[in-house]
Amino acid sequence: MTALSDLISKAAAEIDAATDLAALDAVRVAFLGKKGEITARLKTLGQLPAEERAAAGQEINQAKQAVQQRLNERRQALETAALEAKLAADAVDVTLPGRGSSIGGYHPVTRAMLRIEKIFRHAGFGVRSGPEIEDEFHNFTALNIPENHPARAMHDTFYFPGGKLLRTHTSPVQIRSMVTEGAPIRIIAPGRVYRCDSDQTHTPMFHQVEGLVVDENVSFAHLKAVLHQFIEAFFEREATLRFRPSYFPFTEPSAEMDVSWGGDKWIEVLGCGMVHPNVLEAAGVDSERYTGYAFGMGVERLAMLRYGVTDLRTFFENDLRFLRQFR
Amino acid sequence: MKIAESWLREWVDPDLATEELAHQLTMLGHEVDSLVVEGQGLEDVVVGEVVECGRHPGADKLSVCKVSAGGDELLDIVCGAPNVRVGLKTPLARPGVTLPDGLKLRRAKIRGVVSNGMLCSAVELGLGDDADGIMELPDEVVAGTPLSEFLGLPDAVIDVDLTPNRGDCFSILGLARDLAALTGAALKDATVPPVAPSIDDTHPVELVEPAGCPRFAGRLVRGIDSGARSPIWMVERLRRAGLRSISPVVDVTNYVMLELGQPLHAYDAGLLQGPIRPRLARAGERLVLLDENEVELQDDTLVITDDSGVIGIAGIMGGLGTAVTDRTTDVFFEAAFWPPDFMAGRARAYGMHTDASLRFERGVDPEGQARAIERATELLLAIAGGKAGPLVDDTAEKYLPSGTEIVLRKSRITHLLGLDIDDAEIVRILTRLQMPVEKIEGGWQVTAPSHRFDMAYEVDLIEEVARLHGYDSIPETTLSATAPLETVTESRIEMERAGATLIARDYQEVVTYSFIDAAANAKFSGSESSLVLSNPISSELAVMRASLWPGMVAAAAANVARQQDRVRLFEASRSYHGTLDEHTETVRLAGLATGPVMPEQWDVRSESVDFFDIKADVEAVLSLASDRAEWRFAATEHPALQPGQAAEILRGDRVIGVMGKLHPRLARDYDFKRGVYLFELDAEQALASAAPEAKAVSRFPAIRRDIAVVVPESVTAADLVEAVASSAPDLIRGVRIFDIYQGEKIEAGRKSVAIGLILQETSRTLTDDDADTVMAAATAVLEKKFAAYLRD
Repeated sequence: MTALSDLISKAAAEIDAATDLAALDAVRVAFLGKKGEITARLKTLGQLPAEERAAAGQEINQAKQAVQQRLNERRQALETAALEAKLAADAVDVTLPGRGSSIGGYHPVTRAMLRIEKIFRHAGFGVRSGPEIEDEFHNFTALNIPENHPARAMHDTFYFPGGKLLRTHTSPVQIRSMVTEGAPIRIIAPGRVYRCDSDQTHTPMFHQVEGLVVDENVSFAHLKAVLHQFIEAFFEREATLRFRPSYFPFTEPSAEMDVSWGGDKWIEVLGCGMVHPNVLEAAGVDSERYTGYAFGMGVERLAMLRYGVTDLRTFFENDLRFLRQFR
Repeated sequence: MKIAESWLREWVDPDLATEELAHQLTMLGHEVDSLVVEGQGLEDVVVGEVVECGRHPGADKLSVCKVSAGGDELLDIVCGAPNVRVGLKTPLARPGVTLPDGLKLRRAKIRGVVSNGMLCSAVELGLGDDADGIMELPDEVVAGTPLSEFLGLPDAVIDVDLTPNRGDCFSILGLARDLAALTGAALKDATVPPVAPSIDDTHPVELVEPAGCPRFAGRLVRGIDSGARSPIWMVERLRRAGLRSISPVVDVTNYVMLELGQPLHAYDAGLLQGPIRPRLARAGERLVLLDENEVELQDDTLVITDDSGVIGIAGIMGGLGTAVTDRTTDVFFEAAFWPPDFMAGRARAYGMHTDASLRFERGVDPEGQARAIERATELLLAIAGGKAGPLVDDTAEKYLPSGTEIVLRKSRITHLLGLDIDDAEIVRILTRLQMPVEKIEGGWQVTAPSHRFDMAYEVDLIEEVARLHGYDSIPETTLSATAPLETVTESRIEMERAGATLIARDYQEVVTYSFIDAAANAKFSGSESSLVLSNPISSELAVMRASLWPGMVAAAAANVARQQDRVRLFEASRSYHGTLDEHTETVRLAGLATGPVMPEQWDVRSESVDFFDIKADVEAVLSLASDRAEWRFAATEHPALQPGQAAEILRGDRVIGVMGKLHPRLARDYDFKRGVYLFELDAEQALASAAPEAKAVSRFPAIRRDIAVVVPESVTAADLVEAVASSAPDLIRGVRIFDIYQGEKIEAGRKSVAIGLILQETSRTLTDDDADTVMAAATAVLEKKFAAYLRD
């Protein structure tokens, strides 16, 4: 009969030779299975004298354990190798692009407009809108631009037969909002406006954001503060502002606001002023009790300055190669 | 308005350099558009005198001259100007001089004759655009005088963009007044000493329409020298202001208008017939104007008439018949006050736009007429001689604007500006603006001078105070709001979120014009627009769009033409409906997709987008605001969409949008090679929402059962799902179609539809028996409604 130690050596050799789990299992059966060689030795214990049985049994059990351990180690090694092989097979080229669609984006004018809205909303302004096909009353008369006023001629207005027109500014929303809501009021009105003018620096349609604050104690100093804060919020940088006297029939005093980032270069950005008492009265607001400020800014102008767009007309060409820059 | 700095400084000369002067004008509200310094680099150009002048031996058009530059030496100069002649004084540039255009003069041989310099035209010296010949300088100027010295060069031409409320600044005097008020520099006295009449002759004027002509000042000047020429200083000032010299009479009227702001007209007195009567035109009257155009007059237009009929349009342009000519010896000057109400828009109505009409529309000083006549007389007598009659100043006092008195409250200034300005400073500012001030309780009584007809309200004075005190001095103060907080509603989904949803699905926003081509609008909407502009920029931008599609399709086509084969666009903006009497503006959310579903990539087959791709996009937007059960799609017909691939989108019973495939006929018009799919939603309807109401989630497991039924082809998916769902509404949580099959195993005209049902109860776990009962009910409903049978 083969010595136990030989049997262990034989089992070890076969375990090491097994290259997959099935072969390994066959080795286990051959040695430790019901009819396995080591199992068979246990069955021979009964033939031994009683006093030898304990020692022999212990010896066989030790052999069994040694083989079992060897098996376990081998199983683990084979399993690890198998997993590694499988994982290796699963490896991908992580530099290949992801599957699926890309994303689009907002038009730069909308992007600027949303930005302006957000800044003013945070400051407690409500957002209002009004019709684009307007009447002369809201677009002109109520804004202190009576018929035959030279300012009407300067507005390059698109008319419809019968006197309706396309609003030339977002200012009519001031009137409509004050009539509906009265004072105090604190709103902006973004939207499309139209002027009968088309060249390198004018498009017949563009966008404005109107601002209006009417309350019992509103002053030009408040207007200057809000616009300064707005400009620095919108451009995310410190700015120097310059307010120049100007003329809008619906504000008095009126001003043009210029911005400078340092140096002598001033960029004209918007028009503003204190709401003219005639405008407050036309909208049914007591002009003795209430004062207000208003401003109107061109969104395209702000978008051009913010995003470095040099030609206004590109906003309306809708060229995807241009638009895709604004994610 | 363009003016020469030297002329302005003659009226007010503050201690400011040119740039600073321009800056101060801008900060006064008179924005300087441009500042051009003329006559730089002319230091070495002198006045030359042509002493001899003969034909060039080798060229007909050239002359060979001997020119004196003041010394004994005579320079030989070849000149090609037609007006070169003996005795002419003209600018001379000698060799070594560099002209403003960079031309460096050298001694040269011209067709074999030596030329020691050049006689110069205005354009060669950068002094205007007159290139007809060399400049003709007056005889009295001494040869050798530096040209710059003689012409007062260099001089800046300041182009000021005047605001329409400041008609009073439409002159040298007006701007000088404002500058003097700002800087405190002395203003030249604007009063003109009256010219003593040397004859008694007058021309009669009758104010028959005093409301339209409340003041008419006039004067006869007889016996002027019709051959006289305007002096060079006047010609130069006019030129720097952008006006050409015509004749002494015309130049004088222009000069006085620029200087004092009052437009004048000069008639040939010998051609006037009877009294001058300004009145409103009668409709249909005609007049040949100075520019030789004939106009038919409207009855709202003020005209000047004599016994012969209409001889001029008031404040716009005179008539040809009574105009001064180069033979005129007797002149009648007119300086009238035409009220702005009678002038506004009139010139425009005739397609005209003159220096006079611009000023009268914005308003002139109602007290400035006599002064203008005196100044014009003084100038004309000095230039062309003649004898002046007495000044006639006819006035209908009642119709002239009267000085406005305005109460200015100190407290209101502080309130409106947010700045406390010293009383003394306020008084100083108003006084400098020539506004008499009287102290009253709490403020001042201020009288606006006649030239400040723009002063009507207290705020007008407050603006004046702020303007001269400086807007810079107003502090920045943050306002604490008393207006209540804005509501943030959940009753609608913000457009920004709907846009973001489409952007996440690879749509790029576009902004297209609200007005479009009438034909395109009709093709896409199926009807003609009633919202048609009277004065469109072009016929392509003529009617208000009823749909966002035409603009979007055009934008897509342009991008495809620019080699963009995969295009997905959206726009969120208005469409316009109804009639001018009653129109509506609806915010729409529209999209377009054409080209491959996915951008080209390594693991996805490139398939063209189809109906169900954009339907998913539409459903994604709709899902923001409402449950799937709230809306449905129904086959429809649409003028712009391909039949069989068009659906209307309903929410409840209301159509809230439409989608489908662009009709191939239209696709061809725009040169699309691939299918184009479109959707358009009424944003208000589609995005109306409500705050979610939470329901408890079932703790019991759901069961899934599938069936496959064979139904007629015409049965829609929506019909099937609805029928199945209704068969056991309490237990069926979901119904989904997961396969549709048509082919050899199914008879023609029918299709096999595989339907999955999700069953769940909130109070217990469902059993197989429960499921069997539901499936039996569902099958029964399908059999009954659609003659469906189970597929084996």
